[in-house]
Amino acid sequence: MIKGRFKKDTTKASQKINTASLPDIIFMLLFFFMVTTTMRETTLFVRNTLPPATEIQKLERKSLVSFIYIGEPIQSQIFGTEPRIQLNDTFANLNEIASFVEAERQARPEAERPLMIFSMKIDRETKMGIVTDVKQELRLVNALNINYSTTRGEVRGM
Amino acid sequence: MARMNPEINAGSMADIAFLLLVFFLVTTTMDVDTGLRRLLPPPIDPNAPPPPPVRERNVFVVLVDRNDRLLVRGELGNITQLREQTKEFLLNRTNDPTMPVREMRHIDNLGEVEVSRGIISLQNDRGTSYEMYIAVQNELAAAINDIRNDLSREKFGVRFDQLTDQDLITAIRQAVPMAISEAEPKDIGDR
Repeated sequence: MIKGRFKKDTTKASQKINTASLPDIIFMLLFFFMVTTTMRETTLFVRNTLPPATEIQKLERKSLVSFIYIGEPIQSQIFGTEPRIQLNDTFANLNEIASFVEAERQARPEAERPLMIFSMKIDRETKMGIVTDVKQELRLVNALNINYSTTRGEVRGM
Repeated sequence: MARMNPEINAGSMADIAFLLLVFFLVTTTMDVDTGLRRLLPPPIDPNAPPPPPVRERNVFVVLVDRNDRLLVRGELGNITQLREQTKEFLLNRTNDPTMPVREMRHIDNLGEVEVSRGIISLQNDRGTSYEMYIAVQNELAAAINDIRNDLSREKFGVRFDQLTDQDLITAIRQAVPMAISEAEPKDIGDR
Protein backbone atom coordinates (compact mmCIF):
# COMPACT_ATOMS: atom_id res chain seq x y z
CA MET A 1 0.00 0.00 0.00
CA ILE A 2 2.67 2.40 1.05
CA LYS A 3 4.77 1.63 -1.97
CA GLY A 4 1.89 2.32 -4.20
CA ARG A 5 1.17 5.68 -2.70
CA PHE A 6 4.79 6.67 -3.03
CA LYS A 7 4.89 5.82 -6.70
CA LYS A 8 1.80 7.84 -7.31
CA ASP A 9 3.43 10.91 -5.80
CA THR A 10 6.53 10.71 -7.95
CA THR A 11 4.58 10.49 -11.11
CA LYS A 12 2.56 13.51 -10.10
CA ALA A 13 5.55 15.74 -9.32
CA SER A 14 6.96 15.42 -12.76
CA GLN A 15 8.68 18.83 -13.02
CA LYS A 16 12.09 18.74 -11.34
CA ILE A 17 14.15 21.82 -10.58
CA ASN A 18 17.40 21.77 -12.44
CA THR A 19 20.15 21.94 -9.82
CA ALA A 20 23.05 21.79 -12.25
CA SER A 21 23.88 25.48 -11.74
CA LEU A 22 23.76 25.25 -7.96
CA PRO A 23 27.48 24.41 -7.61
CA ASP A 24 28.34 27.38 -9.78
CA ILE A 25 26.35 29.73 -7.58
CA ILE A 26 27.97 28.34 -4.45
CA PHE A 27 31.40 28.63 -6.04
CA MET A 28 30.69 32.25 -6.85
CA LEU A 29 29.82 32.87 -3.20
CA LEU A 30 32.93 31.00 -2.18
CA PHE A 31 35.19 33.11 -4.37
CA PHE A 32 33.52 36.26 -3.11
CA PHE A 33 34.36 35.37 0.47
CA MET A 34 37.86 34.24 -0.43
CA VAL A 35 38.60 37.56 -2.09
CA THR A 36 36.95 39.94 0.34
CA THR A 37 38.19 38.47 3.59
CA THR A 38 41.61 38.10 5.07
CA MET A 39 42.85 35.07 6.91
CA ARG A 40 43.51 35.29 10.61
CA GLU A 41 47.24 34.95 10.12
CA THR A 42 48.66 35.10 13.63
CA THR A 43 47.96 32.94 16.61
CA LEU A 44 47.99 34.94 19.79
CA PHE A 45 50.49 34.02 22.47
CA VAL A 46 49.55 36.90 24.72
CA ARG A 47 46.32 37.70 26.51
CA ASN A 48 44.56 40.39 24.55
CA THR A 49 41.49 41.93 26.12
CA LEU A 50 41.27 45.38 24.59
CA PRO A 51 40.13 48.35 26.66
CA PRO A 52 36.88 50.14 25.75
CA ALA A 53 36.69 53.64 24.27
CA THR A 54 33.99 55.79 22.71
CA GLU A 55 35.87 58.22 20.46
CA ILE A 56 37.08 55.54 18.09
CA GLN A 57 37.93 55.59 14.41
CA LYS A 58 37.86 52.74 11.95
CA LEU A 59 40.99 51.63 10.18
CA GLU A 60 39.74 51.51 6.64
CA ARG A 61 42.52 49.95 4.62
CA LYS A 62 43.51 46.73 6.24
CA SER A 63 46.47 46.19 3.94
CA LEU A 64 48.19 49.22 5.46
CA VAL A 65 47.89 48.05 9.04
CA SER A 66 50.52 46.09 10.94
CA PHE A 67 49.88 44.79 14.40
CA ILE A 68 51.94 44.82 17.56
CA TYR A 69 50.51 42.74 20.38
CA ILE A 70 51.41 43.32 24.02
CA GLY A 71 50.13 41.43 27.01
CA GLU A 72 50.67 38.76 29.57
CA PRO A 73 51.63 35.40 27.97
CA ILE A 74 48.74 32.95 27.81
CA GLN A 75 51.00 30.08 28.89
CA SER A 76 52.09 31.90 32.02
CA GLN A 77 53.50 28.75 33.63
CA ILE A 78 56.12 28.62 30.86
CA PHE A 79 56.68 32.26 29.94
CA GLY A 80 55.87 34.00 33.21
CA THR A 81 53.40 36.76 33.90
CA GLU A 82 55.50 39.72 32.79
CA PRO A 83 53.84 41.39 29.75
CA ARG A 84 55.56 40.50 26.49
CA ILE A 85 55.57 41.88 22.98
CA GLN A 86 54.38 39.67 20.15
CA LEU A 87 55.33 40.41 16.56
CA ASN A 88 53.94 38.12 13.86
CA ASP A 89 54.17 34.64 15.35
CA THR A 90 56.85 35.02 18.01
CA PHE A 91 57.65 36.82 21.18
CA ALA A 92 60.00 39.71 20.57
CA ASN A 93 62.29 41.98 22.47
CA LEU A 94 62.24 45.75 22.30
CA ASN A 95 65.25 45.91 19.98
CA GLU A 96 63.48 43.73 17.40
CA ILE A 97 60.79 46.32 16.77
CA ALA A 98 62.99 48.37 14.46
CA SER A 99 63.64 45.40 12.17
CA PHE A 100 59.98 44.42 12.30
CA VAL A 101 58.98 47.91 11.14
CA GLU A 102 61.53 47.74 8.36
CA ALA A 103 60.29 44.30 7.25
CA GLU A 104 56.69 45.49 7.25
CA ARG A 105 57.66 48.49 5.17
CA GLN A 106 59.51 46.32 2.67
CA ALA A 107 56.41 44.16 2.26
CA ARG A 108 54.35 47.12 1.02
CA PRO A 109 54.68 48.97 -2.28
CA GLU A 110 56.72 52.11 -1.94
CA ALA A 111 53.82 54.49 -2.54
CA GLU A 112 51.90 53.07 0.38
CA ARG A 113 54.68 53.11 2.94
CA PRO A 114 54.07 56.62 4.31
CA LEU A 115 50.43 55.70 4.91
CA MET A 116 51.19 52.69 7.05
CA ILE A 117 49.59 52.44 10.47
CA PHE A 118 50.99 50.44 13.34
CA SER A 119 48.08 49.25 15.40
CA MET A 120 48.94 48.38 18.97
CA LYS A 121 46.73 45.68 20.42
CA ILE A 122 47.48 45.95 24.08
CA ASP A 123 45.87 44.05 26.93
CA ARG A 124 43.98 46.32 29.31
CA GLU A 125 45.88 45.02 32.34
CA THR A 126 49.28 45.97 30.92
CA LYS A 127 51.29 48.69 32.63
CA MET A 128 52.33 51.72 30.61
CA GLY A 129 56.05 51.10 31.04
CA ILE A 130 56.38 48.59 28.22
CA VAL A 131 53.95 50.58 26.07
CA THR A 132 56.07 53.71 26.45
CA ASP A 133 59.18 51.71 25.51
CA VAL A 134 57.50 50.42 22.34
CA LYS A 135 56.33 53.91 21.43
CA GLN A 136 59.88 55.23 21.84
CA GLU A 137 61.18 52.45 19.57
CA LEU A 138 58.55 53.30 16.95
CA ARG A 139 59.51 56.96 17.10
CA LEU A 140 63.15 56.15 16.54
CA VAL A 141 62.36 54.40 13.25
CA ASN A 142 59.88 57.10 12.22
CA ALA A 143 56.80 54.92 12.47
CA LEU A 144 54.71 57.76 13.84
CA ASN A 145 51.28 56.82 12.62
CA ILE A 146 49.90 54.60 15.35
CA ASN A 147 46.58 53.35 16.57
CA TYR A 148 45.64 52.25 20.05
CA SER A 149 43.31 49.39 19.29
CA THR A 150 40.20 49.45 21.44
CA THR A 151 36.72 48.05 21.44
CA ARG A 152 33.62 50.18 21.29
CA GLY A 153 32.18 50.67 24.72
CA GLU A 154 31.70 52.95 27.67
CA VAL A 155 34.83 53.63 29.69
CA ARG A 156 34.82 51.98 33.09
CA GLY A 157 34.22 54.32 35.99
CA MET A 158 32.20 56.73 33.90
CA MET B 1 26.96 -0.81 -20.71
CA ALA B 2 28.16 1.45 -17.92
CA ARG B 3 31.00 2.68 -20.09
CA MET B 4 28.59 4.00 -22.60
CA ASN B 5 27.49 6.65 -20.13
CA PRO B 6 30.64 8.15 -18.56
CA GLU B 7 28.91 11.11 -16.93
CA ILE B 8 30.12 12.14 -13.50
CA ASN B 9 27.44 12.72 -10.97
CA ALA B 10 27.70 16.38 -10.07
CA GLY B 11 25.07 16.25 -7.40
CA SER B 12 27.58 16.33 -4.56
CA MET B 13 29.50 19.22 -6.07
CA ALA B 14 27.25 21.70 -4.32
CA ASP B 15 27.88 19.98 -1.00
CA ILE B 16 31.63 20.15 -1.45
CA ALA B 17 31.43 23.81 -2.39
CA PHE B 18 29.23 24.44 0.63
CA LEU B 19 31.81 22.81 2.87
CA LEU B 20 34.53 25.06 1.49
CA LEU B 21 32.28 28.07 1.87
CA VAL B 22 31.58 27.28 5.51
CA PHE B 23 35.28 26.75 6.13
CA PHE B 24 36.15 30.20 4.78
CA LEU B 25 33.29 31.81 6.65
CA VAL B 26 34.58 30.39 9.91
CA THR B 27 38.29 31.04 9.45
CA THR B 28 38.09 34.59 8.17
CA THR B 29 37.59 37.78 10.10
CA MET B 30 35.18 40.41 8.93
CA ASP B 31 35.67 42.71 11.91
CA VAL B 32 37.23 46.07 11.21
CA ASP B 33 39.95 47.20 13.55
CA THR B 34 38.90 50.21 15.57
CA GLY B 35 40.79 52.39 17.96
CA LEU B 36 42.22 55.76 18.85
CA ARG B 37 44.46 57.11 16.10
CA ARG B 38 47.45 59.11 17.27
CA LEU B 39 50.47 60.66 15.64
CA LEU B 40 53.67 60.24 17.61
CA PRO B 41 56.07 63.19 17.72
CA PRO B 42 59.14 62.72 15.51
CA PRO B 43 62.34 61.64 17.27
CA ILE B 44 64.28 64.42 18.93
CA ASP B 45 67.37 65.59 17.14
CA PRO B 46 70.02 66.11 19.83
CA ASN B 47 71.62 68.91 17.79
CA ALA B 48 68.43 70.83 17.18
CA PRO B 49 67.84 73.89 19.31
CA PRO B 50 65.29 73.36 22.08
CA PRO B 51 61.76 74.38 21.07
CA PRO B 52 60.52 77.72 22.35
CA PRO B 53 58.92 77.37 25.76
CA VAL B 54 55.14 77.22 25.82
CA ARG B 55 53.48 79.74 28.06
CA GLU B 56 52.30 78.11 31.22
CA ARG B 57 48.76 79.42 30.95
CA ASN B 58 48.35 77.57 27.66
CA VAL B 59 49.18 74.14 29.04
CA PHE B 60 46.62 71.82 30.57
CA VAL B 61 48.65 69.29 32.51
CA VAL B 62 47.06 65.90 33.10
CA LEU B 63 49.11 63.52 35.17
CA VAL B 64 48.25 59.87 35.81
CA ASP B 65 50.25 58.22 38.56
CA ARG B 66 51.10 54.58 39.14
CA ASN B 67 47.95 54.02 41.18
CA ASP B 68 45.81 55.37 38.31
CA ARG B 69 45.03 58.58 40.17
CA LEU B 70 44.53 61.73 38.14
CA LEU B 71 46.20 65.03 38.80
CA VAL B 72 44.58 67.73 36.67
CA ARG B 73 46.39 71.09 36.75
CA GLY B 74 47.91 70.25 40.12
CA GLU B 75 44.69 69.11 41.73
CA LEU B 76 43.37 65.62 42.33
CA GLY B 77 40.92 64.97 39.52
CA ASN B 78 38.28 62.49 38.52
CA ILE B 79 37.86 60.79 35.16
CA THR B 80 34.14 61.66 35.12
CA GLN B 81 34.89 65.38 35.25
CA LEU B 82 37.90 65.38 32.97
CA ARG B 83 35.92 66.02 29.81
CA GLU B 84 34.17 69.10 31.19
CA GLN B 85 37.38 70.44 32.72
CA THR B 86 39.20 70.06 29.43
CA LYS B 87 36.45 71.81 27.48
CA GLU B 88 36.27 74.62 30.01
CA PHE B 89 40.02 75.09 29.83
CA LEU B 90 40.33 75.02 26.04
CA LEU B 91 37.38 77.31 25.41
CA ASN B 92 38.20 79.75 28.22
CA ARG B 93 34.90 81.56 27.85
CA THR B 94 35.51 83.76 30.89
CA ASN B 95 38.89 85.04 29.62
CA ASP B 96 40.54 83.78 32.77
CA PRO B 97 44.21 84.87 32.78
CA THR B 98 45.25 81.41 34.00
CA MET B 99 43.61 79.77 30.99
CA PRO B 100 44.82 79.74 27.39
CA VAL B 101 45.08 82.71 25.08
CA ARG B 102 42.51 82.97 22.32
CA GLU B 103 43.35 84.70 19.12
CA MET B 104 41.44 85.60 16.00
CA ARG B 105 42.54 83.74 12.93
CA HIS B 106 41.29 83.62 9.40
CA ILE B 107 40.49 80.10 8.26
CA ASP B 108 39.15 79.21 4.82
CA ASN B 109 35.44 78.35 4.81
CA LEU B 110 35.09 79.59 8.38
CA GLY B 111 36.20 83.19 8.20
CA GLU B 112 37.43 84.87 11.34
CA VAL B 113 37.30 82.48 14.26
CA GLU B 114 38.80 82.43 17.69
CA VAL B 115 41.41 79.72 18.04
CA SER B 116 42.49 78.58 21.47
CA ARG B 117 46.22 78.23 21.96
CA GLY B 118 45.63 75.61 24.65
CA ILE B 119 47.70 72.44 24.65
CA ILE B 120 46.94 69.34 26.63
CA SER B 121 49.99 67.75 28.16
CA LEU B 122 49.47 64.15 29.17
CA GLN B 123 52.01 62.60 31.47
CA ASN B 124 51.91 59.09 32.77
CA ASP B 125 53.95 56.85 34.99
CA ARG B 126 55.46 53.53 33.97
CA GLY B 127 53.09 51.91 36.43
CA THR B 128 49.91 53.44 35.04
CA SER B 129 47.55 50.80 33.72
CA TYR B 130 46.88 50.83 29.99
CA GLU B 131 43.15 50.84 30.56
CA MET B 132 43.37 54.06 32.58
CA TYR B 133 45.64 55.62 29.99
CA ILE B 134 43.16 54.84 27.22
CA ALA B 135 40.31 56.12 29.39
CA VAL B 136 42.12 59.45 29.82
CA GLN B 137 43.06 59.64 26.12
CA ASN B 138 39.44 58.90 25.29
CA GLU B 139 38.09 61.66 27.53
CA LEU B 140 40.56 64.21 26.14
CA ALA B 141 39.62 63.23 22.58
CA ALA B 142 35.95 63.40 23.54
CA ALA B 143 36.41 66.95 24.84
CA ILE B 144 38.00 68.06 21.58
CA ASN B 145 35.37 66.24 19.53
CA ASP B 146 32.65 67.97 21.54
CA ILE B 147 34.15 71.38 20.82
CA ARG B 148 34.48 70.49 17.14
CA ASN B 149 30.88 69.30 17.03
CA ASP B 150 29.66 72.52 18.61
CA LEU B 151 31.63 74.69 16.21
CA SER B 152 30.55 72.62 13.22
CA ARG B 153 26.90 72.81 14.23
CA GLU B 154 27.17 76.54 14.70
CA LYS B 155 28.86 77.18 11.36
CA PHE B 156 27.57 74.44 9.07
CA GLY B 157 24.53 73.10 10.88
CA VAL B 158 25.77 69.51 11.13
CA ARG B 159 27.92 67.63 13.58
CA PHE B 160 31.62 67.36 12.83
CA ASP B 161 31.54 63.59 12.45
CA GLN B 162 28.76 63.93 9.88
CA LEU B 163 30.63 66.38 7.69
CA THR B 164 31.52 64.91 4.33
CA ASP B 165 33.22 67.82 2.56
CA GLN B 166 36.96 67.42 3.08
CA ASP B 167 37.56 71.19 2.99
CA LEU B 168 35.10 71.80 5.79
CA ILE B 169 36.65 69.01 7.86
CA THR B 170 40.10 70.56 7.46
CA ALA B 171 38.71 73.97 8.39
CA ILE B 172 37.23 72.66 11.64
CA ARG B 173 40.40 70.75 12.36
CA GLN B 174 42.39 73.95 12.01
CA ALA B 175 40.04 75.87 14.24
CA VAL B 176 40.07 73.20 16.95
CA PRO B 177 43.35 71.33 16.71
CA MET B 178 43.81 67.97 18.39
CA ALA B 179 46.57 69.34 20.59
CA ILE B 180 47.48 66.48 22.88
CA SER B 181 51.15 66.32 23.69
CA GLU B 182 52.73 63.47 25.52
CA ALA B 183 55.70 64.17 27.67
CA GLU B 184 59.04 62.60 26.96
CA PRO B 185 59.17 59.57 29.21
CA LYS B 186 61.17 60.09 32.31
CA ASP B 187 62.91 57.26 34.04
CA ILE B 188 61.81 57.63 37.60
CA GLY B 189 62.08 54.76 40.01
CA ASP B 190 62.60 51.15 39.08
CA ARG B 191 61.10 49.48 36.04
